[in-house]
Amino acid sequence: MSYSEKLLDYFQNPRCVGEIPDAHGVAEVSNPVCGDVMKLWIKVDGDRIQDAKFKAQGCSAAIATSSYATEMVIGMTVAEARGITKEQIADALGGLPPSKIHCSVLASDAIKAVLKGF
Amino acid sequence: MRPEVVAAMTPLFTEHFGNPSSIHWFGQHAKSLIDEARKHVAKLINAETSEIVFLSGGTEADNFAIRGIASKGGHIITSTIEHHAVMHTCKDLEKAGIPVTWVRVSKDGVVDPDDIRKAIRPETVLITIMHANNEIGTIQPIEEIARVAAEADVYFHSDGVQSTGKIPVDVKKLGVDLYSMSSHKIHGPKGVGALFVKKGTNLRPMLTGGGHERNRRSGTENAPGIVGFGEAARLAREGLANEMSRVRQLRDRLETELKSRIELIQVNGENAPRLPNTSNIMVDYAEGEGLVISLDLKGVAVSTGSACSSGSLEPSHVLTAIGKTPDEAHGSLRFSLSSMTTADEIDYVAEILPGIVDRLRELSPYYKKV
Repeated sequence: MSYSEKLLDYFQNPRCVGEIPDAHGVAEVSNPVCGDVMKLWIKVDGDRIQDAKFKAQGCSAAIATSSYATEMVIGMTVAEARGITKEQIADALGGLPPSKIHCSVLASDAIKAVLKGF
Repeated sequence: MRPEVVAAMTPLFTEHFGNPSSIHWFGQHAKSLIDEARKHVAKLINAETSEIVFLSGGTEADNFAIRGIASKGGHIITSTIEHHAVMHTCKDLEKAGIPVTWVRVSKDGVVDPDDIRKAIRPETVLITIMHANNEIGTIQPIEEIARVAAEADVYFHSDGVQSTGKIPVDVKKLGVDLYSMSSHKIHGPKGVGALFVKKGTNLRPMLTGGGHERNRRSGTENAPGIVGFGEAARLAREGLANEMSRVRQLRDRLETELKSRIELIQVNGENAPRLPNTSNIMVDYAEGEGLVISLDLKGVAVSTGSACSSGSLEPSHVLTAIGKTPDEAHGSLRFSLSSMTTADEIDYVAEILPGIVDRLRELSPYYKKV
């Protein structure tokens, strides 16, 4: 598998791992293609995402993209975070092999799901 | 490859590069080396030299056997755990209108010969069942299936790519008509293999041309490859008893260590007769591709039946066939040992894998430490 150094770094040393017990929003999404799972917790202050944490069960690309996307949304406004695309996440990690593009969907779907109602 | 194999092949590139079909001396010398290799391959499976057809590998051997018997019509019986080379060839013929019965296997990954018997129809022309499975290593009751085939007067092909050189193979005792082999599975070069074709078997050639390999497979012989395969077969036969029992001990040690150090894992096919060199384990709450990449980063090369690692994004058809859910197949790891595997390598894996599994489980939203 041809992964970038950055992706492997996020897989091996994922940022923002964990749960937020008093979260304002929690969402769990699973990938219909391969069954990978991501759960995302957020705290929102006004219209800005104050904190976010994730857990995921899946391949290296799923874990890396989940971690990167979680880190990315912290400090963003809700509207900004909603606008994050799977391409943005994949590109930021140096691109994904064609068979792994679907992994980045997991993270963008989780962000959209957790922001429902905000 | 084994160094002896490389040494046997090298002169074919430098000195003995003649065309084995030519009658000049350097052609004839290459031919004599191929004849020698044919003896070694035949001896490994107790066949006659005239029954060995060299070709490009296991996939071609499977295609040749199946299409050579069944492409004109009839009915094929196979199992749900065959290698892709058999499975996709049967599916291709199925699409062309030749009916195929896919016999299911037990949860331990073994075909029941009685199910084969029940699947036989008057128009059945071929039964094709692998000798040992490539993912979980389970050994099939080939002798019993051969008896069923013989009673019904149906040709019987067995894909022996995984079993050759790993367990004793005697095609006469097994009772098969066709048996596929691959060189690189026994430390020989890639791109060469052989099909055992029992004397008298009416097999339609796939490649026609200059009539090489007794008209069975035309095309100038891959002389270096064949000679390398022959040497690998010779070494495999020599080492079969001692080396494979050592490999089995290493495999068992790996499984015992992993089971004692990692909770919630199981060994697939554990209760069936298995190849000595294969171990397929399933790890709950960790995904196989992530395990493979983690091990790879530490210098250990293994494979997985997880959908995430396959181009098709489908979980392993073998694990599905033995009743595993896609989620379970997702967490599978396959270790392939060989006569070149050392005890240090096994201990290294047993030492690093628990930490890797722990780390991935810590990331899982479902895993709760018990």
